[in-house]
Amino acid sequence: MQPVEQRDEVEMLSLMLLIRRFEERASQQYQAQKIGGFCHLYIGQEAVVVGAIAGVRPDDYVITAYRDHGHALARGTSADACMAELFGKETGCSRGLGGSMHFFDKQHHFYGGHAIVAAHVPLGVGLAFAIKYRGEDRVTLCFFGDGAINQGSFHEALNLAALYRLPIIFICENNLFAMGTSVKRSTSLKQIVDRAEGYDIPGEIVDGMNFREVRDKIAEVAESIRKESHPAFLEVRTYRYRGHSMSDPASYRTKDELEKYRLDDPIIRLRAQLTREGKLTNEQFDQLDKRAKQTVLDAVKFAEESPQLPVEKLYDYVYFNGAKS
Amino acid sequence: MREITYRQALNEALAEELERDPNVFLMGEEVAEYQGAYKVSAGLLQRFGPGRIIDTPISENGFAGLGIGAAMVGLRPIIEFMTFSFSLVAFDQVVNNAPNMFMMSGGQFNIPITFRGPNGPAHQLGATHSHATENFYASVPGLKVCTPATPRDAKGLLKTAVRDDNPVLVLEAELLYSSKGMVEPPDEELLIPLGKAEVKREGSDVTVVCYAQTVPIALKVAAQLEEEDISAEIVDLRSIKPLDEKAIFDSIAKTHRVVIVEQDHPFCGVGAEICYRVQKDIFDELDAPILRVSQEDVPMPYNEHLEHAVLPNAEKLLAAVKQVCYA
Repeated sequence: MQPVEQRDEVEMLSLMLLIRRFEERASQQYQAQKIGGFCHLYIGQEAVVVGAIAGVRPDDYVITAYRDHGHALARGTSADACMAELFGKETGCSRGLGGSMHFFDKQHHFYGGHAIVAAHVPLGVGLAFAIKYRGEDRVTLCFFGDGAINQGSFHEALNLAALYRLPIIFICENNLFAMGTSVKRSTSLKQIVDRAEGYDIPGEIVDGMNFREVRDKIAEVAESIRKESHPAFLEVRTYRYRGHSMSDPASYRTKDELEKYRLDDPIIRLRAQLTREGKLTNEQFDQLDKRAKQTVLDAVKFAEESPQLPVEKLYDYVYFNGAKS
Repeated sequence: MREITYRQALNEALAEELERDPNVFLMGEEVAEYQGAYKVSAGLLQRFGPGRIIDTPISENGFAGLGIGAAMVGLRPIIEFMTFSFSLVAFDQVVNNAPNMFMMSGGQFNIPITFRGPNGPAHQLGATHSHATENFYASVPGLKVCTPATPRDAKGLLKTAVRDDNPVLVLEAELLYSSKGMVEPPDEELLIPLGKAEVKREGSDVTVVCYAQTVPIALKVAAQLEEEDISAEIVDLRSIKPLDEKAIFDSIAKTHRVVIVEQDHPFCGVGAEICYRVQKDIFDELDAPILRVSQEDVPMPYNEHLEHAVLPNAEKLLAAVKQVCYA
């Protein structure tokens, strides 16, 4: 079994900063109308994906829903390719054909970026099926939001994963709201993790604002899966600071609630842990932040200057090895 | 050549492709231990084992999506729907995930998947179990749709579908599973290309365009017409998408009259697309308006004589042919 490489925590903090600064800049560029369509920001949830990625191997499979910028960046897709995708450019991670909700990066084993709520959960199960079919020791990380857990495809997928004992971690990023509907108003359960019990899948609750807790839990579960294939479920409790999408002022929640979560910010928390342990100085943190901001500014420039896919190439992306029908 | 049933032909195609490529697997309801709801997969579990012939719970959306996910990393799933009427439960996967992935990912992920199973009205199954889905699915860019009518076409098209690097729907004809026809021996590789129609009977007076369950109807009517000195050319589309426009046009250039007999509903049906293309590209070849024979535009009734009235049949086709021939 190939071991999971320990990722440097300062590097992981810097990845969280990159996601934060990327999303802030995306928000600004969206308002400047450089980015079209829908745009869902990941601000506040960074420790979930960065923690999860830090707990697995680069060749493990990752798939998520439409709030996917952070997942691509955490997986290793460049800020250039991500920003260019938002700008609809040929240099984007999906050649400008997918947009904000459909990021893909085959090279980094990132399988999307899926915008129909819960429709990708069966796909995640399929990735895990392929792992077991080939007798590999990879694990699939399948992310989705709390809004996905009441869709039929979610339930069908969990049952199939449990029935075939597939190597998959279902990661519910519970940010308390499906668009504007709170979990309390959408779900009959007291806690989401209980959904897993109905399918005889082991489930746990994880503090999604705590990078180390997410990483360690994912690593522990992944190791167990690599030893003997099975599905697992983690309800990762987190919070998104912004509205559901750019057009949502999030008036369904109070300022107090938002402030409470901001005080528990995942970046501040990891920074404080590292500082306390003498692994990071304030100057070093400022340097990291400055670097993240610059990377994102460079990405905007890259996206601005990149070409669009010419109309003549439109039909090249309908059928593989195929022509117009 | 030897004579086998449509069902056996499909079974041979599955076995040969499973044998050829370890990435191919068959998944669906009752495909393994039950040996297939229509016995198309009979014997495959015993031969290839439960790792590759996989029974599922009744979760079409779930297992269709599982197949698409597996195809993203290079497996070549064959997903059986017990009938395509049930594929509607998985519509989101078949329409939104399988054909969109290649475009959406900027060409990174093609989906080499085959969805197969019986399609089209059978006999007195009522409205929910009688769907002819070819026109819905053919309207989706990124999908390919074929509709074999003979054992030979069933085998050759299914094998080609499994080898195609895109999502292909093999819409089998539920009423024809027990029909027989001549097929090459098993040691002779039989691949029939998608998008190639076949003239099932040559003729000079009128073209009848048909596919799937309407092919035997068209052939029967052609035999009747011969007695009345009308020579009908029977063009079996075999694939709805890609559509073999050239084969249709070539035949009409010869006969100058055409009737399309289709098993779907008339509104936005397969025949509507063909009519459009014919009038656009070879308007001057036509000596009579094009007629279509399809289902009536109603949900399928259970009652036998009403069902008969809804379906395309030989009497309706015969009348339409005579009308375009002014006979």
